[in-house]
Amino acid sequence: MLKEKDKIFKNLYGFEDWKLEGAKKRGIWSNTKELIKMGSEKIVEEIKNSQLRGRGGAGFPAGLKWSFMPKDSGKDHYLVVNADESEPGTCKDREIMRNDPHLLLEGCLVAAFAMHAHTCYIYIRGEYYSESSNLQKAIDEAYANNLIGKNACGTGWDFDIYLHRGAGAYICGEETALLESLEGKKGQPRLKPPFPAGAGLYGCPTTVTNVETVAVSPTILRRGSKWFADLGSANNTGTKIFSISGHVNNPCNVEEEMGIPLKELIEKHAGGVIGGWENLLAVIPGGASVPLLPKSICDTVKMDFDSLKEVQSGLGTAAVIVMNKSTDIVEAIARLSHFYKHESCGQCTPCREGTGWMYRMMEKMVHGNVEHQDIDKILDVTKQIEGHTICALGDAAAWPIQGLFRHFRPEIEKRIQERNRRVA
Amino acid sequence: MHHPGTNNKVYKKINDNFEWSSENFKKISEIIKKYPSNRIQSAVIPLLDLAQRQNNGWLSKNSMEKVAETLSMSYIRVLEVATFYSMFNLEPIGKNFVQICRTTPCWLRGSDKLSKVAQEVCETNIGETSDDEIFTVVEVECLGACCNAPMVQINDDYYEDLDEESFKKILQDLKDNKSIKVGSQIGRKSSQPERKFDA
Repeated sequence: MLKEKDKIFKNLYGFEDWKLEGAKKRGIWSNTKELIKMGSEKIVEEIKNSQLRGRGGAGFPAGLKWSFMPKDSGKDHYLVVNADESEPGTCKDREIMRNDPHLLLEGCLVAAFAMHAHTCYIYIRGEYYSESSNLQKAIDEAYANNLIGKNACGTGWDFDIYLHRGAGAYICGEETALLESLEGKKGQPRLKPPFPAGAGLYGCPTTVTNVETVAVSPTILRRGSKWFADLGSANNTGTKIFSISGHVNNPCNVEEEMGIPLKELIEKHAGGVIGGWENLLAVIPGGASVPLLPKSICDTVKMDFDSLKEVQSGLGTAAVIVMNKSTDIVEAIARLSHFYKHESCGQCTPCREGTGWMYRMMEKMVHGNVEHQDIDKILDVTKQIEGHTICALGDAAAWPIQGLFRHFRPEIEKRIQERNRRVA
Repeated sequence: MHHPGTNNKVYKKINDNFEWSSENFKKISEIIKKYPSNRIQSAVIPLLDLAQRQNNGWLSKNSMEKVAETLSMSYIRVLEVATFYSMFNLEPIGKNFVQICRTTPCWLRGSDKLSKVAQEVCETNIGETSDDEIFTVVEVECLGACCNAPMVQINDDYYEDLDEESFKKILQDLKDNKSIKVGSQIGRKSSQPERKFDA
């Protein structure tokens, strides 16, 4: 279990003051100038050595991503913080932004300096109204105290942070869709390449990165990459905020060490499954997009990128959705299919048409209102969507359904038989 | 499922005039400063939000034309954005815009019961506005407060950790014009594991 002293998010629950005064008591903004003095190369090196992987879902090595930014392109560089938290099950960035916004802002300065950016946009989902007002107040405080703005923290680096509110579109969490949206257009993903590090916001070098990734970086620099890398296991280092929701006694966000066993996470922090561990049916371990895991795997699996990949799922955003035996598992996944149908941006045909078709099919499956061969048909369709779209939303819509049939196919077959009996 | 934000038609019945209020006019110049001077189209979402707030929670044709004019954009580019994002309502809504989260994490904790309560107390169907125009009730996709499920958003605020009773009370109080408590309805500060800290 993670020791109190190794926690990065000391005010995750908002028990203390979130404003500048409180933030300073927690050590934020204490020696930012010294961190900047390390120089951009050293900062990127340290982040690389810490083996920090992006916290937004894909788990791409953060230091490597930062190093893609050109050194002297002659254009403006941009840091864009992705605070469009919309993955069902995920509510961690919300707590960072409303309860410890200065942690994020300090991270923005350090990260932007490392990638030669003078401007940072924080793209927050539009529904987070009170979160955005806290964050805006924190930005105003930081400007008033010369922590950002001209000659930020006395480092000689000019740095502006602007908050931009979205307007309710899940797809804008995809980095290129987010950039389109920030440019004042529909949030439809762009083809890659060119990657944002080459041509991103306004055609300039841009790095888009998750709130949590940015927020942990100053602490890594302060305490050293070795400290961070010693937590968790190789390639899955550090701490992570887990959002535990669904059928648990105490749903909560909690910061824990990477690689904590799923069972321990649920029992120690979330008060256990409602009705006890034996009452567990399945868990979606990383937000709606990843395939679910049945109880037999949940008994032993560890919560990190590689362990979950081994069992054909993923860590994603570390949003643990717990379902006990009272759950209609088919309806639970059908609801997710409805979500993807609603959120498909409509750009690529396989996703636009496929998400709607899959949802209608899943709704029929809930009542067993299909034929046996339809199971193979829907699996075939998921394979045709997966990998054939510009962005990963098509994949994300396909995976939960694949996961359902991988582990719960007999359940649907049973429903079909029951329905056939009723009709006959 | 009807939702004024996912409607793609421009509302025809009212053709009111839309001019920026002087207060909002000042805000606009502040907003535009955030973006490079040759990229002010970036301000289209903030300006549509501003227009919607000024126009009782929805966007009329005139208000969108005003946004287009302010940012020197063609109307179709503004309309395209307004129809794409679900937070922009293209038809009038009631005084309280009740959005019930229906996605799996909230559903597991009983969101469909909340939908029933809302239909009873607000005396309207999902996706519709009550006759007295006090409520518009819609079901929406994940609002990102899953550790405080089930939850609803009413206008700008989140109401979390709900059950049928507490939700019924909130709606009744809104009906009676009483003030209501924002946030968790079981006294949690945010998303802490409640028992451990409250003990």
